[in-house]
Amino acid sequence: MDEIFFDKRALELKYQMPLGKISEFFKGLENGKIMASKCVDCNEIYFPPQANCPNCIKSKIEWVELSSDAILETYTIINVKPTSFLKYPDYVVVIGKLKEGVKVLSWLEIDDFKKIRIGMKMKLKVVKREENYYTYEFYPAE
Amino acid sequence: MNRAAIVGIGHSKFGKRMDVSINELAWEAVKPALDDSGLSQNDIEFHAVGNLGFWSEELLPAVTVGEYCGFNSGSMKTEAACASGSAALKVAYDSIISGNTKIAMAIGVEKMYNSPNPTVIELIGRAGNYFWEFENFGLTFPGYYALYATRYLNEYNASEYDLCLASIKAHHYGSLNPNAQFQKEISYEDCINSKYIAWPLKLYDSSPITDGAAAVILASDKVAKKITDTPIYIDAQGYATGSANLSRREDFTGLNASKRAAEMAYKRAGIDDPKKSFDLFEVHDCFTIAEVMAYEDLGLAKKGKGVQLLREGQTYHDGKFPTNSDGGLKAKGHPIGATGISMAVEIAKQLRNEAEKGRQVKVSKGRALSHNVGGTGHYAYVTIFSRSD
Repeated sequence: MDEIFFDKRALELKYQMPLGKISEFFKGLENGKIMASKCVDCNEIYFPPQANCPNCIKSKIEWVELSSDAILETYTIINVKPTSFLKYPDYVVVIGKLKEGVKVLSWLEIDDFKKIRIGMKMKLKVVKREENYYTYEFYPAE
Repeated sequence: MNRAAIVGIGHSKFGKRMDVSINELAWEAVKPALDDSGLSQNDIEFHAVGNLGFWSEELLPAVTVGEYCGFNSGSMKTEAACASGSAALKVAYDSIISGNTKIAMAIGVEKMYNSPNPTVIELIGRAGNYFWEFENFGLTFPGYYALYATRYLNEYNASEYDLCLASIKAHHYGSLNPNAQFQKEISYEDCINSKYIAWPLKLYDSSPITDGAAAVILASDKVAKKITDTPIYIDAQGYATGSANLSRREDFTGLNASKRAAEMAYKRAGIDDPKKSFDLFEVHDCFTIAEVMAYEDLGLAKKGKGVQLLREGQTYHDGKFPTNSDGGLKAKGHPIGATGISMAVEIAKQLRNEAEKGRQVKVSKGRALSHNVGGTGHYAYVTIFSRSD
């Protein structure tokens, strides 16, 4: 028989993530807006937003609100979930391409999974999760 | 610049290995590699250990493994997710070709069963762009590859049945490899009826959670021939990094990092036509779709035609492009940090004509390739090996 020693030292890991440099994004969510950062010099739009532009090695950015219209590029249904997501029913993760050309990865809120198809029109909206924080999700728009 | 050659190989049994610690598991690869080369620990001038960790207790495996195995050499651990083994190989290879060492070792070891299964699923799912993918949307590792599978199958009129062909092939060769985690053939029904883990990928599309270790000893060409009659040279390595967040990828039908790594390796090794240059391909089939994309990213099939190679059986050991004749990640197992070294061990074994019956490829060109991907095309390493001077 295998002899196993069960660790007596449990480790709980919850990271503290500094997001101050992109705090405008989170302020936007609270106001129902999904914001991206845009380099003032080269006009590159960043989503997920970032505070520095590696294209022109400059850090002058402005914040722009993203349009909510998107086309579904690909998707999956997460059937076997990570421990920290076990309380959720199976969820759909999609990548949608917005009018601006940037792509967004997020959940698609849809009742009938059979209706999901590549190329379908979606809207990106701010949602409040049950853990009491704001994030964003796609909804069908057809 | 010096050339580097593999002069010793070792490989543990892969699987659920709760009979050994991480150091003892590494020893199962290190000792045979030393025996194979006839060298002793004092000959090793540097050792690199590919390991991702988190799920096992030792944070400094290069130190604990090195001490346990009796090395006095300088060392480091390498991290390139599932390509951590190829990153360790790179460190050892670079140290030899630069002339910094004459003999160096690359070890890969992973002990994934030291944590409960759901914890491991959670940890692998975090290997992307943490806040923007995992924290908010609970991606899993199969989920990332499923995003590719959905688009690929849709774009090229391929099916889940086609993907099962890769799984059936993998299990066939696993059944012939004594070191493989799964040593049973599977049927079409076994695969197609297995449960979804991240639609459209099923359990049998996925490589398992694995404990395992592999080791190679590299030597400069100045001393390699004195150590062994059958040195296996590393002709070139190519490498590339892909975007962290999958939403920043151009398309979802191939891995851009794989393509760039292959181009770099082909250029450095002077390979004009990859279709005519290799006896064996060891590709990163963490999921069945990954094997199909690898055929295309490596230039063996045109875009969308990778599944055709499976349908025609062209990637069996006696086909046009023998691929993963050891069972691949799918059936041999995928101990993250050990996988890249395991590929190098398999290639050395095959080019020396030492593989088990039923899976030994015909060695006529004397050249083979390993394709080791970290994450979902986050890291890519392509290494070209040959047995000729």
